[in-house]
Amino acid sequence: MKKIVSNLYLALIFLFLYAPIAVMIVLSFNDTTTSISNWQGFTLRHYLTLFENDALVEALVNSLVIAVLSALGASLLGTLGALGLNNVKKARGLLMNLSNLPIINPEIVTGVSLMLIFIGIFSMELGFFTVLLSHIVFNTPYVILNVMPRLHRMDRNLYEAAMDLGCHPAKAFFKVVIPEIFPGIFAGFLISLTYSFDDFIISYFTGGNFQTLSVFINNSLKKGIKPWMASMTGVIFVAVLVILIVMNFHDAKAEAATKRKNKLA
Amino acid sequence: MKSKKPLIPYLVWMAAFVVIPMVMVVYYAFTDSSGAFTWQNFKYIGINRQVYIDSFQVAFVSTAICLLLAYPLALMMSRMSPRAQRMMNILIMLPMWMNFILRICALEVILRPSGVLNQLLSLLGLGGNTIYRTHTAVIIGIVYNYLPFMVLPIYTVMTKISKSVIEAGQDLGCNGWRLLQKVIFPLSVPGVISGITMVFVPAASSFVISARLGGFNLIGDTIEAYYKGEIDMHAGGMLSFVLMVVIVISIAVMNHFDKDDDIVLV
Repeated sequence: MKKIVSNLYLALIFLFLYAPIAVMIVLSFNDTTTSISNWQGFTLRHYLTLFENDALVEALVNSLVIAVLSALGASLLGTLGALGLNNVKKARGLLMNLSNLPIINPEIVTGVSLMLIFIGIFSMELGFFTVLLSHIVFNTPYVILNVMPRLHRMDRNLYEAAMDLGCHPAKAFFKVVIPEIFPGIFAGFLISLTYSFDDFIISYFTGGNFQTLSVFINNSLKKGIKPWMASMTGVIFVAVLVILIVMNFHDAKAEAATKRKNKLA
Repeated sequence: MKSKKPLIPYLVWMAAFVVIPMVMVVYYAFTDSSGAFTWQNFKYIGINRQVYIDSFQVAFVSTAICLLLAYPLALMMSRMSPRAQRMMNILIMLPMWMNFILRICALEVILRPSGVLNQLLSLLGLGGNTIYRTHTAVIIGIVYNYLPFMVLPIYTVMTKISKSVIEAGQDLGCNGWRLLQKVIFPLSVPGVISGITMVFVPAASSFVISARLGGFNLIGDTIEAYYKGEIDMHAGGMLSFVLMVVIVISIAVMNHFDKDDDIVLV
C-alpha cells in the first residue's frame, strides 16, 4: 500500500516535470506554420529548417561560446580565489559572504548593477565582452564552493613533501595541489557551463544588441510562439539527455572503481 | 601554499564587478537627477505597493508548494538504491537544463485558452481552464522552474544522515511518523533552509514568468521597465535596493534557525 502511494507520488511529480517538455516535442512534429497547438499532421520540417535560420544559429553559437569561455574564466578565477581564501584567517567569514553575493543576490539586481558600471564607469559598449564578463561574475562563486572543500580535505604536508623532494614550489603546486583539487574545479566548470547556457536575465541586461539563445528566443516571442521553438526544445532535450547519460556512466564507473579499491584495501 | 597572493587578482575582480556595481545601485537609489542626496526615491515603494504585495505573496506561496512537493520526494530518493538515486538525480536535473525561456513557452502552450490543456478538457467534454493570466498560472510557472532547486539540497542533506542515527531512533522506539519528526526532519533543516532561499530569491525577483503567464507585473518586471522602458535609474535603483535588503534580511532570519553554517548548494 505504502509502495503504491509513493510510486504514484513519483509518477505525478515526473508527469508535472516532463509534460510541458513532452508537449513541446510532440508539437515540434506538427505540420503548421501558424498556431503551434492545433494539430495539422506530422512533419519533420521544423527540424530540417531549424538550422537554416541564420539569426537562430548565430544566437546558439553565441551562447555556446559564452558558456565555454565564461566557464573557463570562472574556473581560473574561482581557483585563485579559493586558494587565496583558504589561507585567510581573520576576515574569512566576511570574504566568503562577499564571494557568495552573486549567488544570493537576485539575478535582476546583478544584471542591472553590472549594466550600470559597464555604461557608467567603464564606458564600455554593451555586447559580447560585457556578457562574457557578467557570466564570469555569476559563475565564479560556484567554482569557489566546489574547490574549497577539496582544499580543506587536502593534506598540506604533501605539498611540503614535494618540495623537500626537490620540487620547485611552482612544480609542486602543479604536480600536487592541482591534481588534488581538480575534481572540484571540473565540477565548478560544468555547473558554470549549464548556468551560463541557461541564463536569460543577466545576458538580457548586459548584452545590448548581442543576443544569446535565451535573449533571441525572448525577443522572437513578441511575434508569438513559433514551431521552431518546439523543435529547438527537442534538440536541446536530446543534447542534454546524451550529456547526462554519459556523465552518469562515467560516475558509475568511478564509483565501481573506488569500491574495488576499498575491497582490496 | 600559504601565500595570500592568489587572493589579490580575485579581490580586485570582486571589487570591480561585485562591490562597485552594488554601490552604484545604492547610489542611484539615494540621489536625484542632479546627483544630490535625497530620501525622495522612497516614494517609489509606495507607488509600486501592489507590485511588492503581489511579488512576495506569489514567492511565498510558490516556495511553500515547492517545499511540500520536494520534501517527500527527497526522502523517497534518499532511501533508494545508489543506482536508482543516480537515475532520479538525472531525471530531476534534466528539465532544469532545458532553456529557461523555452520552459516558460511550454507552459504557455499548455495553459493558454487555445492551448493543449483546454483541447484535452474539451475532448473530455469539460469546460476550459481559466488559469491563464492569473496568479495561479505564475505560481505554477515558478514551481515548475524552481522545484529542482528545492529537491536537490534537501536530498543531499538526507543522504548524509547516518544510518546508525536512524537505527538508534528506531531502537529507542521511534517509528514512521515519529522517526521523521524527531530524527530525520531536525537533521534535514540545513537542506530545507538552503532550498527555501534558493527558491524564494528567484521567485520574488522573477520576471518574464509573470509577464508571460500572468499578464501582470512583479518587482522584476517593474525594475526592468525602469531600466529598459521609460528610463528612471533612480526609481529602478530604489526598487532594486529594497529587494536586496528584504532578501538579505530574510536570508539572515533563515540562517538564524540554522546553527550549522554549512552552505548546501547544488
